[in-house]
Amino acid sequence: MARLATESRQEAGIGDIAAKVYSGERLGWEDGRRLFHHHNLPELAMLADTVRRRFHPEDIVTYVVGRNINYTNVCWVRCKFCAFYRVPGDDEGYVLPQEEILRKVREMVEVGGIEILLQGGLNPRLRIEWYEDLLRAIKHEFGAYGVILHAFSPAEIIYIARISRLSLEDTLLRLKAAGLDSIPGGGAEILTDRVRQQIAPYKDTADAWLDCMRTAHRCGIRTTCTMMYGSVDTWEDRLEHLMRTRDLQDETGGFTAFIPWSFQPEGTELRGERASAFDYLRTVAVSRLILDNIPNIQASWVTQGPKVAQVALEYGVNDFGSTMMEENVVSSAGCSFTMPIAEIERLIRDAGYRPMRRTTQYELLPLGVPAGSPLLSTAKSDLFPSNHVAL
Amino acid sequence: MAATGLHQPALERHFPGLEDIHAKVLAGERLSFSDGVRLYRSGLSAVGYLANIVRERLNGSRAYYIRNQHINYTNVCNKHCKFCYFAKNPKEGGPEPYTLSLDEVRAALRRYRDVPITEVHMVGGINPRLPYSYYLDLLRTVQDERPGVHIKAFTAVELVEIARVARKPLVEVLEELKAAGLASVPGGGAEVLSERVHAALHPKKLSGAQWMQVAREVAAAGLPQYATMLYGHIETLEERVDHLVRLRELQDETGHFLAFTPLAFHPEGTYLEHLPPPTGRDDLRNLAVARLMLDNFPHIKSFWIMNTPQISQVSLWYGADDIDGTIHEYEITYAEGEFGNKRQVLTRHQLIRNIVEAGRIPVERDSLYREVAVQEDGRKGLD
Repeated sequence: MARLATESRQEAGIGDIAAKVYSGERLGWEDGRRLFHHHNLPELAMLADTVRRRFHPEDIVTYVVGRNINYTNVCWVRCKFCAFYRVPGDDEGYVLPQEEILRKVREMVEVGGIEILLQGGLNPRLRIEWYEDLLRAIKHEFGAYGVILHAFSPAEIIYIARISRLSLEDTLLRLKAAGLDSIPGGGAEILTDRVRQQIAPYKDTADAWLDCMRTAHRCGIRTTCTMMYGSVDTWEDRLEHLMRTRDLQDETGGFTAFIPWSFQPEGTELRGERASAFDYLRTVAVSRLILDNIPNIQASWVTQGPKVAQVALEYGVNDFGSTMMEENVVSSAGCSFTMPIAEIERLIRDAGYRPMRRTTQYELLPLGVPAGSPLLSTAKSDLFPSNHVAL
Repeated sequence: MAATGLHQPALERHFPGLEDIHAKVLAGERLSFSDGVRLYRSGLSAVGYLANIVRERLNGSRAYYIRNQHINYTNVCNKHCKFCYFAKNPKEGGPEPYTLSLDEVRAALRRYRDVPITEVHMVGGINPRLPYSYYLDLLRTVQDERPGVHIKAFTAVELVEIARVARKPLVEVLEELKAAGLASVPGGGAEVLSERVHAALHPKKLSGAQWMQVAREVAAAGLPQYATMLYGHIETLEERVDHLVRLRELQDETGHFLAFTPLAFHPEGTYLEHLPPPTGRDDLRNLAVARLMLDNFPHIKSFWIMNTPQISQVSLWYGADDIDGTIHEYEITYAEGEFGNKRQVLTRHQLIRNIVEAGRIPVERDSLYREVAVQEDGRKGLD
């Protein structure tokens, strides 16, 4: 064992990459490859933090008070990484009635929340009119409270367009006119067809996903972008995902945030092992370093847990995402972290940052609710009492 | 510097205010008390980076683990420490009291008969009704059931209690326990070596000075020992650093400590329930500062049951070179994790995979850090 005792891991240094980062030079494919093979976590953290501080020099970490509503679990796409969907005709399939959705929105508004994240399966029974009605109803009842509709990932938009026989652009413009404010970057999974063929053969291609986002950005709708890694992907797939995202951002500037999270295998067709915390932190750091044109990186405390999510603040993360209130998708895959607002704020403060609430567009909300909201007089500054109940 | 393969100048700008400590670390110089306090107040990544230099110098890329079994022989305890879930009686929501009979200990050992463990780790509360013979019989039972296994048992507080019921000097009792099979002494119960914390949280237990005196006697008896620190309750950062400095001085004197383990305080269910649970940052920082301050301790352990498997994996780059064991019959820390993160289990397969993925070399060790098996490629090491 003498060899092990004297020899430590001789990895190629990343000093040249560090020099590029400090001078603000764009990193290339080869840099990305080396970063994805670099093991020294504190080094990656220090580099990623340099980029984070360039975007966010002030010591603030944001989060948004919002609610996740999964309006239907009926989906014909059968993605192998998903434990949430029920195929059309399944007894356990549901579509939430509009009253139920409005009730959920009201609960969020009552605790001072502003972002409604609507996501669901590709349900062949729902046409664009259903979506328009829903958006209008929510805006009609809660628009005055500043409720922001962050809704329908590209897979849903593309499908709504298809079954309603509309162009993507018309679909997006109609949804926007009905109240859509922003589009979540879900369903990006990994933006390479090699991976998509294996994990979601019936889902849209990488090009289709990107094209939907491009169209949305052109229609004046801003979006986030996710990456679900840790299934069958290699580092090349992840890097290609990052590069394609960066290219589109160069073109449109429409991405507000990037959210990497790991595949949750339990109960899914793919199964396999959950990606590790090491993998998460390195992937977050490399994302922050490669995506030099996307301002925000969100932590995924839902998949990583509070401890690792907090540590990720050292790795380029500047946002804790949504308070969620309920989560149904990854919790179907064996992942069940929930966290009250007070705990989110404590973790942020403990890391040396000031917690601040924000809108979906990353505007800071010092008081937690938009100016002029009737809630300001009664808003509770404390927790969601219901946050633990949802699961 | 070659240890991390890094082009140093490029990252130097990340050590504002720590340049002198960085220089000391590179030169292998001892850090002072005030250096330790500064490390607790500096950026986590920089501190982790510095700790990793020392970690790699001492332990290369190795990451140790052990196959062991924990037996908590009783939860009855008259010390009533405020940070202990076991201190509550059932009426207050605490656990039902139990004391394992020798047959129950035997049964617990038989449950893992087919697992090639190398260590049995046995600790318990201070149950004044237990006679001296019980402790000797515990050791003999383990020896009898698992011949050749290393028995790590009885923290300093328990040793003092055993000497009390034996009505003999500790030095004699240690010899008799050794003869019955005791091979090393665990580090629990040191808590924080501060008179203030002692008076506030565990006045009935040993003081810091008494704990250190027991450690000296353990060393004199030729037994190796481990050391811990319970952090995240009412202690100050200065008290943490003082704890480390005291351990370092003691180790200079005795040289018998094998490893140091910072233990996160878990407030759920204790009298200090109002305190927040430990954060990942604090876990990593305690490991990193310990690695930097305890220059005479060969190993720093991140106990995954306390820190979560996730943080323990990451800690392999923040000073830790050991993530403890693979059998979890461990009952002291209240089992349910915070915020819905249910009790976690970790198989040997996952443990090795975590180590390999973090770029470290998994080494199965025995209690004395002798290598039982090395897996250069984790997959080859899987059962």
